[in-house]
Amino acid sequence: MANAIEATDLVKTFKGGVRALEGVSLAVEEGTVFGLLGPNGAGKTTAVRILTTILHPDSGSARVLGHDVVHDSAAVRACIGLAGQYAAVDENLTGRENIRMVGQLTHLTRKVASERADELLERFELTDAANRPVKTYSGGMRRRLDLAAALVDRPPVLFLDEPTTGLDPYSRVALWGVIGELTGAGATVLLTTQYLEEADRLADRLAVVDRGKVIAEGTSEELKASIGATVLDLNMGDEERAKQALAVLAARWPREPVRSGATVELQLEGGARMVTDALGLLDEADLVPVTLAVREPSLDDVFLALTGHGAEGSEKEVTQ
Amino acid sequence: MSTVALPVRLQTPAQQAKTTPWRAVLDALVVMERNLIAYTRVPEALFFSSVQPVMFVLLFRYVFGGAIKVVGIRGGYVNFLMPGIFVQTVCFGSVSTSIGLAEDLQKGIIERFRSLPMARSAVLAGRTLADLVRNVLVVIIITGVGYAVGFRVEAVVGFLAGVALLLLFAYCLSWGFAVIGLSAANSETAQVMAFPILFPLTFAAGTFVPVSTMPGWLQGFAKYQPVGEVSAAARSLMVGGGAAASHVIGTLLWCLGVLVVLAPLAVWKYRTRTA
Repeated sequence: MANAIEATDLVKTFKGGVRALEGVSLAVEEGTVFGLLGPNGAGKTTAVRILTTILHPDSGSARVLGHDVVHDSAAVRACIGLAGQYAAVDENLTGRENIRMVGQLTHLTRKVASERADELLERFELTDAANRPVKTYSGGMRRRLDLAAALVDRPPVLFLDEPTTGLDPYSRVALWGVIGELTGAGATVLLTTQYLEEADRLADRLAVVDRGKVIAEGTSEELKASIGATVLDLNMGDEERAKQALAVLAARWPREPVRSGATVELQLEGGARMVTDALGLLDEADLVPVTLAVREPSLDDVFLALTGHGAEGSEKEVTQ
Repeated sequence: MSTVALPVRLQTPAQQAKTTPWRAVLDALVVMERNLIAYTRVPEALFFSSVQPVMFVLLFRYVFGGAIKVVGIRGGYVNFLMPGIFVQTVCFGSVSTSIGLAEDLQKGIIERFRSLPMARSAVLAGRTLADLVRNVLVVIIITGVGYAVGFRVEAVVGFLAGVALLLLFAYCLSWGFAVIGLSAANSETAQVMAFPILFPLTFAAGTFVPVSTMPGWLQGFAKYQPVGEVSAAARSLMVGGGAAASHVIGTLLWCLGVLVVLAPLAVWKYRTRTA
């Protein structure tokens, strides 16, 4: 299968010397979902804006369906759809007018654009609000409208920049369904997310981005396997006890334990035997966990292992 | 959950990627329609932009007008005033181009436009065309108000020619104010940046008082600056008196100059602005 999206050594520096991208390369196979995972400010949105021709890279190149994003940007724009982090819809227009406008600007006739608008409004459960100005919409409705507008021309390549940030759980699951349906119909999707669970669940392949660089790439299984170990979560009941437990374990444990709130996380490289070791150490210090759970590593663990800091919103802390 | 399918188009029709001049016109009209719809959704904005010129008509006709002596204009000060009111109204109206573009940039809708296969010129052309349509409406309202306070035209053809000339002037000026809108951080800043330019242009001109009553050092500026020329031209065409032809030529030259210099600057600003 050919690659729908290819980027080579993209570099972008903003005014004031902020290096948003420091040599990002990507390859996304046609018909697959690719996840760009990283914290705020990692460069995900900058990468999307370059791939959607909104920004020019300082150096490096990128192609979408074989069209160069700088030299053949018009051809790129004719085959992409973009739904942004901040819903790019017109507040003063109604939902129907918004989709119709985008349809006409992608060179559908007014009639076809209107028909598609009605279909999409129904599909995204906005029919009742179709004739109301968008300024009366809730945040979730705006996001659905934004996505619907991106789909009006049925583009083969879709860029979704943090599509579920701020969505309620119901809308998030519905969006996951939409992405599955689109790739089922042959679309290629590149999405950015801060949600590790989402990347894990949706993306065929992932690139972990941190400070403008891709620090790991692969399937989510590959990334997890690179960390290797099963994780033991020890809930100590409160933060104070968790800090004490962290100190006790840090002194004796082969891989650094991590604390997240009242929970201490341990990598279990030596199998089940290590569970009894850990509990023994804690028992000696008179620190018995309230609950414990054994689980496979999450992408949050991957992130921590790769970057030395947790993903955005994670409160994990490593002993000093 | 609805059962409407979400098909995906795997081929890109060749014509879709091309921007032809005809497409650029259609795209501009789509954006113009969007801006006009927005005006109807915020009717208070349109209301207030018409109230202001009406206030100026009443202010100058009944408060200041008695103190302003004009010679050589049939019908007296009201006929001198109204062409100036038209000019001032359309000039002030062009600030809405700055404000509208600054707002669009703030809200991220331009981000969407930049990712669409539409003509790059459409956002600016659609905005300036919408403001032209708005100016036509306001001119019609002000004509009615003017008639009510005693404004009488010399000849309808001359009046219409004057209106056409000042609408053309306002359209060109919109491109200038587009530059401000694209340079400002937000719509409030755009407004603050526009007025120091607009005030001397609209008031230090023969809009409300004869240029001959101004101090000598100001007269040259007031006469030959763009708004000075268009006021003189519009007045000659609408109510007679003065040398219409030379002022019309002066106005057209200014229109050309503004378009040649500021329209490309606006397009360049739009292309390079990273929102």
